[in-house]
Amino acid sequence: MRYSAFSLLRNTLSHHKNWPQMWDNPDPLPEYDVIIIGGGGHGLATAYYLASQHGITNVAVLEKAWIGGGNTGRNTTIVRSNYLWDESAKLYETALKLWENLSQELNYNVMFSQRGVMNLCHNVHDVRETKRRVNANRLNGIDSEFLDAQQVKEFCPAIDLRGGGRYPVMGASLQRRGGTARHDAVAWGYARGAAKRGVHIIQNCPVTGFDIEGGVIKGVQTAKGAIKAKRVGMVVAGHSSVLANMAGFKLPLHCRPLQALVSEPVKPAIDCVVMSNAVHAYISQSDKGELVIGAGTDAYCSYGQRGSMHNTEGTLAAICEMFPQFRRMKMLRAWGGIVDTCPDASPIIGHTPVKGLYINCGWGTGGFKATPGSGFVFADTIANERPHPLAEPFALSRFSTGYLIGEHGAAGVAH
Amino acid sequence: MAQKYRLPDGGRVNREQPLRFTFDGKTYEGFEGDTLASALIANGVRLVGRSFKYHRPRGIITSGVDEPNALVDLYSGTSKHEADARTTMVELVDGMDAKSINNYPSLSFDVGAVNSIFSKFFVSGFYYKTFMWPTAAWLKVYEPFIRKAAGLGHAPTVPDTDHYEKHYGYCDVLIIGAGPAGLAAARVAARSKARVWLVDDQSEFGGHLLTRGQTIDGMDSDAWIVQVRAELEAAPNVTIKTRAQAISYFDMNYVAIWEKVTNHMANPPASMPRERLYRIRAGQVIIATGSHERPLVFADNDRPGAMLAGAAETYIKRYGVKPGKRAVAMVNNDYAYGSILALLDAGVEVPLVCDLREEPDGALTQAVKDRGVPIKAGHAVVGVKGAKGVNGVKIAKLSEDGKSMAAGEKPIHQACDLLVHSAGWTPAVHAHCMARGKLTWSQDMSCFLPSEGSDANPNASAGNCAGQMDLAAALQGGHAAALQVLDALGMPAEGAPAASKAESDAPSSSRILWIVPGEKELGYGSAKHFIDFQNDSTAFDLKLAVREGMHSIEHVKRYTTTGMATDQGKLANLNAIGIVSEALGVEPQKVGTTTYRLPYTPTTFGVIAGRDIDDLLDPARQTAMHPWHVDNGAVFEDVGQWKRPWYFPKKGESMHKAVLRESAALREHVGILDASTLGKIVVKGPDAGAFLDLVYTNKFSSLKPGKCRYGLMLNEDGMILDDGVTSRISEDEFYMTTTTGNAAPVLDHLEEYLQTEWPHMQVYLTSVTEQWATATIAGPKARDLLTELCPDVDLSAEAFGFMEWREGTVADCPARIFRISFTGDVSFEINVPSDYGLHLWTTLMQVGRKYSITPYGTETMHVLRAEKGFIIVGQETDGSVMPFDLDMNWIVSKKKGDFIGRRSLYRADMSKPDRKQLVGIKTVDPSVVLEEGAQLVRDLKDKPPMDMVGHVTSSYESPACGRSIALGLVKGGLAAVGETLFSPQADGTVIELQTCSPVFFDPEGTRQNG
Amino acid sequence: MLLIECPHCGPRNESEFHYGDQAHIARPEHNEGMSDQEWAEYVYLRENPKGLFRERWCHTAGCGRWFNAVRDTVSSRIMATYKTGEEAPIGADQEGGQL
Repeated sequence: MRYSAFSLLRNTLSHHKNWPQMWDNPDPLPEYDVIIIGGGGHGLATAYYLASQHGITNVAVLEKAWIGGGNTGRNTTIVRSNYLWDESAKLYETALKLWENLSQELNYNVMFSQRGVMNLCHNVHDVRETKRRVNANRLNGIDSEFLDAQQVKEFCPAIDLRGGGRYPVMGASLQRRGGTARHDAVAWGYARGAAKRGVHIIQNCPVTGFDIEGGVIKGVQTAKGAIKAKRVGMVVAGHSSVLANMAGFKLPLHCRPLQALVSEPVKPAIDCVVMSNAVHAYISQSDKGELVIGAGTDAYCSYGQRGSMHNTEGTLAAICEMFPQFRRMKMLRAWGGIVDTCPDASPIIGHTPVKGLYINCGWGTGGFKATPGSGFVFADTIANERPHPLAEPFALSRFSTGYLIGEHGAAGVAH
Repeated sequence: MAQKYRLPDGGRVNREQPLRFTFDGKTYEGFEGDTLASALIANGVRLVGRSFKYHRPRGIITSGVDEPNALVDLYSGTSKHEADARTTMVELVDGMDAKSINNYPSLSFDVGAVNSIFSKFFVSGFYYKTFMWPTAAWLKVYEPFIRKAAGLGHAPTVPDTDHYEKHYGYCDVLIIGAGPAGLAAARVAARSKARVWLVDDQSEFGGHLLTRGQTIDGMDSDAWIVQVRAELEAAPNVTIKTRAQAISYFDMNYVAIWEKVTNHMANPPASMPRERLYRIRAGQVIIATGSHERPLVFADNDRPGAMLAGAAETYIKRYGVKPGKRAVAMVNNDYAYGSILALLDAGVEVPLVCDLREEPDGALTQAVKDRGVPIKAGHAVVGVKGAKGVNGVKIAKLSEDGKSMAAGEKPIHQACDLLVHSAGWTPAVHAHCMARGKLTWSQDMSCFLPSEGSDANPNASAGNCAGQMDLAAALQGGHAAALQVLDALGMPAEGAPAASKAESDAPSSSRILWIVPGEKELGYGSAKHFIDFQNDSTAFDLKLAVREGMHSIEHVKRYTTTGMATDQGKLANLNAIGIVSEALGVEPQKVGTTTYRLPYTPTTFGVIAGRDIDDLLDPARQTAMHPWHVDNGAVFEDVGQWKRPWYFPKKGESMHKAVLRESAALREHVGILDASTLGKIVVKGPDAGAFLDLVYTNKFSSLKPGKCRYGLMLNEDGMILDDGVTSRISEDEFYMTTTTGNAAPVLDHLEEYLQTEWPHMQVYLTSVTEQWATATIAGPKARDLLTELCPDVDLSAEAFGFMEWREGTVADCPARIFRISFTGDVSFEINVPSDYGLHLWTTLMQVGRKYSITPYGTETMHVLRAEKGFIIVGQETDGSVMPFDLDMNWIVSKKKGDFIGRRSLYRADMSKPDRKQLVGIKTVDPSVVLEEGAQLVRDLKDKPPMDMVGHVTSSYESPACGRSIALGLVKGGLAAVGETLFSPQADGTVIELQTCSPVFFDPEGTRQNG
Repeated sequence: MLLIECPHCGPRNESEFHYGDQAHIARPEHNEGMSDQEWAEYVYLRENPKGLFRERWCHTAGCGRWFNAVRDTVSSRIMATYKTGEEAPIGADQEGGQL
């Protein structure tokens, strides 16, 4: 059923009794053309594009719990593409272009809201590196501008340019096309779109092992039995190392807890996304009115999906520094997720040592924004059994050759 | 008449102390000891807020942290402005100013209520299904409208002027909750040697005993509370806190407790913090957090005047106010009849009670019956009259299965102004779950109970939160929990009192109907069965979500927003789980709960930030000479945590002019720089030289005492970590300098390798950054100046060569003088013990006056070093640059063997000819100064995208060269020096430039060596 | 805020420590002959296990010494801490974890 104001009205008249399921919950078949492990945004997007772009519809998405329940449903929903390095910029810009039409494409309102993303500079070094990034973005054809302090204040009147005295605002980069989206809706929209094209979405189905013969993938073992496939894509942020270990190889990943929090809802108080790398905090306001706030990661390896108090304390201190009027606001809810981080803060997309097994991981703290682009290039990679040109630089092999894409070096943390 | 709903007597308020407050501009009176909610009730205010989505009129439902409706903005527009304050938790203060929220233009006439008319359209998930056409309209039309309509109160607009404190605490036993179970536990723990903390969120101890007093150990429970509190206060090992809510429970028994210190005071002393955050590390935790009463889910259960039975009882007993004059009750359990008795005792007329049970039993039920109140068994309220306040209810008998009204039943009308209801009590298992404990569904009690805990977080639950629902069981449970945790700690209670006793409740029945049917089927007609009152999610929404494929409770929560309001589902969640389990046809255990998130109740940002705000967010490090810089008008630059003089402007001088003046003064006369912030590390021990050979790319073991050498340090990935000059003090001692920002990371890096890779090496590392103050004098007159102040060192070029150091006396201070240069001019870095730093500086300035000495800051330093092509780590490097990229092959030893990062330099991609390499840059127009961070292209196109080949890392107007100069990293730049590149600007213009050698000034080094 | 038992100083809050990731990885001394792949394994590849993990910590704000810990990366529980150079006191067979 196509969603529209009209269908909503029609269903209202029939007391909403006739809405179909957005996706079925089928039992797995014994074999698929492609298995996607991981029912987060990236995995579901991969399945969707396999079906919509490549006509591969005999696909199963295996989700160990409920779709969108990992980092897709835990992030602070920031979308931007103003990355420093050409390789990243092209990948994230591909994603951003897909975001711009995603609600229409999926016929599902993902509430992509291009309210603008500002990355603040607090010292001379920040200014220099920010200008470098803004200039690089511009020549890559990505909208990006440098704002001086006064322009920052005009764009976001809520901000205190004094930064509490310790972190004065000296300028910012602004990507007007950046913004936020409704995270759950992204998973649901892709799932609905994929299911409509015949993809099986199988929840509560953890993968417990791989069937590999002579270095070639044959299928997977799951809580719902063995399932065969000649091509398997693994998109399991937070558990990539665990699954890789099952398949017999290691990854250059570190799992870290990352936390976010929201305030109680209030009427509109901040109309854009503000990020500050120097104080390690970022903030926006959701449509519901909650201030959505995120921070850096805890220092240690963890699969606990929970972070620590001192991290939150530091984050809120930073927020109170930039927005002293928010000190009397209240934290409503805080939560944690597990992020896979790579040494160069860039993802890994492409082949693994096992033939037919593809990987998409290592998005660190910034995977949400890439969701459509990640799914798009990964579907293409699996469909054609070779890396999509945009994915090529992100091969696992870069760690041997040394061709890293150091996004944390100059561009700051990649949220 | 003031306080017309105040009972003539009773309650725990202080009637001697009337307090005035305003609500929506109207002035009212309450008493000390009231909450804002009880004071509003005392004044007959029933309509207190509007709901989130439909803007339905709402009243007070609860008396505690679970209140979803009665939220207000306090002290609007002032520095005390608090949004979304929960009136049931706000203690009344004289002069309090409260405003209702989420309505326009007023609470009683809210245009947003038009949403209510379209509420059939706005079912769960409707956002996702519409607002998609046309594409641009989402951002321009729909979303601004939604955002304006959403939100609750207004965010504060002026900074909070109160302050907040934080405190670390350590104890053996932390008891959360001072109700009967918590107090019973505390009594026992107090008799042990354990350090005990007891915290409770209310202003006084007692928990639910404050609402329903009972007999304990033969005495009135009020007296029992006083007795126990006295015992605890007398015990030296016990710390007690009221108004202190445990908000979150982290691993290893680390619990955050939020104390409201002055919120209940009208004029608190300025010295007191508004709130305090305790972070307690406890050996064992006793969780005695009680339970929350559950609302019944019936048609239009949100009307002002519909209230939880227990809340009504609390308002009567604790605050001495009556929430209505004529009350109908709808209940499904015996305990709630205690609340009905309270209503009767308060003179509230109770025309009838609807009991969902077919055969109501229990002692309290009997007592109500004995008072002559008709109890209508198997009956329910199927409709509520009165939009802005209940004025009557419709009552009908239910069918046997409880899914609808009995066949042929015609509802009867009963007038009333209050409707109290109760579906039973839900244990508050939040702390148990935050501590990673698991839950098990109890079919008998229709709730989740704590089961397995986590051994990482030793704790015990007691009282209502553990399913010990009657007073006798709670007292016994608290007592037992204390014995258990003391045993685990090995700290037995000496002469612990016997467990306190109370009469057990006789067993009685309950009847669970997750949805109490209305007159029409769900989804038909206009009545709504609310689950999450604040977010306006209904039983119908939950069922719709399940029908649309949302089968996980987490999906249902997110799709319908149930449990995501500011009470975080305390009121809604169990009902939601029950309804979803019915819709799915599975046990609630299988449905499970959503994750219990911290904090337990919304917590002020300010208290979590504590004192780490304003200047204290991050330490500001200052050098010994800092006061002089301040007195002399320096503009500072933040470098790491350090405050460094950026430039020293003369009156009215721009930075540009100041830098030109400072640079020229140094090249012509002498300049002075505060270089104290450089990191300084003593590397000492017999293996110090060998160790440095492993950490630098070049050799240091061959350096002679008295000599200095520039070194480059890599990470194991081959990328540049830091650079600096290290000098040999003696055979077994080196004095290393690092860049300002990297002092701590470099020390960590060295320690890590020393301790974990080469522990056999005898080397000791000591940070001495703050032990030395450094003044660098540079320029043609530097030697003359120093000669005047340093009697004991031969400073001649012959005796004291470049890259050497000497020990001597400068300005009567013991000093180490280093002849090293970052400016390309003759330069002496004079190090003295920090305490002498200011003296050294002022002396140099005084004596230097005749040499036209000029202080210069980091900006001038940067210009001068760029003229010499010296790199700055973090400016010319960014974590992707290795020594060969900087044409520094000369510093990478091929002979000495291994060093950190060496192997990585020879990986496949390291020798690629198109790596970005350091070059000098001259613009074709010498007056044009490139922007630092400008990107460069070889092949110019009309418009982006175009391929970038590099970027500008440093760029200045150079007074010595009489033109602009720049450094940059360019792909394949070393092999193509002299090539023409372009820098396309944001305004469409293009700057043409040529690459060149990065050394612009005095390439032979005559000046620095002279 | 983990509570970490420094083998030299006793239990202290995590904020006094600095994390060092996987323990017991010896830096290859004769690395000239190693392939790029082998070297990359040393520099970048880590166990990153779900379960028991032998890892390094440094008591930066205390004694400054590095030491090792065995910690469950799911529950955060620290099973043991021990000095650099010592064997892990808990083996892979205990607690069913992965070391």
